[in-house]
Amino acid sequence: MILAKTGNEALAYAMKQINPDVVAAYPITPSTEIVQLFSNYVADGEVDTEFVPVESEHSAMTACIGAAACGRRVMTATASQGLALMHEMLFIAAGLRLPIVMAVASRSLSSPLNIHGDHSDSVASRDSGWLQFFCETVQEGYDTLIMAVKIAERAYLPAIVAIDGFILSHCQERIETLEDRAVREFLGQPKPNYNLLDWRNPILVGPATLQDYYFEFKRSEIEGMRRALPVIEEVQQEFGQRFGRYYPVLEEYRCEDAEAVLVVMGSACGTCRVAVDQLRAEGRKVGLVKLRVFRPLVHNLLRTSLAKFPKIGVMDRVDAVNSYGGPLFTEITSVLYDLPERPKVFSYVYGLGGREFSPEDARMVYEQVLSGKKDELVTYVGVR
Amino acid sequence: MARKLKGWQELPCGAIISDLQAVKENKTGAWRSLRPVWNNEKCRQCLLCWIYCPDSAILIQDGKVVGIDYDYCKGCGICAGICPAKAIEMEKEKK
Repeated sequence: MILAKTGNEALAYAMKQINPDVVAAYPITPSTEIVQLFSNYVADGEVDTEFVPVESEHSAMTACIGAAACGRRVMTATASQGLALMHEMLFIAAGLRLPIVMAVASRSLSSPLNIHGDHSDSVASRDSGWLQFFCETVQEGYDTLIMAVKIAERAYLPAIVAIDGFILSHCQERIETLEDRAVREFLGQPKPNYNLLDWRNPILVGPATLQDYYFEFKRSEIEGMRRALPVIEEVQQEFGQRFGRYYPVLEEYRCEDAEAVLVVMGSACGTCRVAVDQLRAEGRKVGLVKLRVFRPLVHNLLRTSLAKFPKIGVMDRVDAVNSYGGPLFTEITSVLYDLPERPKVFSYVYGLGGREFSPEDARMVYEQVLSGKKDELVTYVGVR
Repeated sequence: MARKLKGWQELPCGAIISDLQAVKENKTGAWRSLRPVWNNEKCRQCLLCWIYCPDSAILIQDGKVVGIDYDYCKGCGICAGICPAKAIEMEKEKK
């Protein structure tokens, strides 16, 4: 069906079609509507979900962990301070290898208070062991949330699906939805290895491990993340074959013979496409490298792709406040370090707190990267 | 007891332990600083202590409470708090 939906409406609709066993959530702007609309589906009897309205995001994630440890399909949604409040439990969900799927409407972190979109929340959770997907459009968000359930359950890892707050969460786009039945057939039933509430087969969840075993369990979790990429590719291909929409982990847009490319995550990819089209029409050799999967860090794909380009601008919609460069910039420069001939890589921080990032801004960045000259280590795009 | 330590590839995914023998060997009762003392005469056999005990340390025989398993009771006091008949009292553990 072709519908006009905001990002939040589309994700709530995807959740309805996924029909998770348990949803535990607490509202926060700009993700509130996802769960609010979903709770309507619960009240109207359109899903079989046990809906748990909790008293905080910390409790939301805790309830999700408990339900997932019972082998159930579990989802939630949050943003910003809510994700920050979950921080402790994120590591526990990942360490227990529970395939919880969480929609995030990306938003800045206080202080000062700001409700608008940037990537501070998810990126600050980057070391928690969750898979992370950044979506460019509402359609991609809808499709990715459905795929993430299958990916998480196959990889035994929790997953964040991020749409940019307000830019995607509150703006309507034309989307093509799938049939309820098609979604359920694509996902199948979860196949848990155990159930915490199965008293005939008792298990211990969350043991204390000391100097003798903690490291080995972490090593095993690390391996889970290392093996996640083939699972992601497999499920994305299945989705593409079945429904005709395929999203590569890393997409090169008009990158053939490009002298300069920007590496971008999220909705700004669309903005950069416009700038690329304009610049290409003027004969400038520029392209876009869209990074859709932030965790795992797809280092081999990034190295192979980026090695081809002499000049690269890395776009971070978040600053790591490390007195150096943006988080994606530091990771990408590190990925390229082993190349015999390294490209020039520039760090750009843009769009913090929902600051507009226009095609003109993107053009300016492209011009600077093409020139190969930049005085400061990090450029804060549009800051007065 | 000397045991060969396992490598990371031999460990269960997510540290979910289904071999509960290892759990039995680890006598956590040694951590206790307060000891629950159960009074048979006051006990109404409602089994709330058994439901609430996080360490399965309430001993049951034929559906009735018969005592406390001090090998595993960590002395958290939840049983004493939940008991409607005040049949469990926490006492200082003697050295």
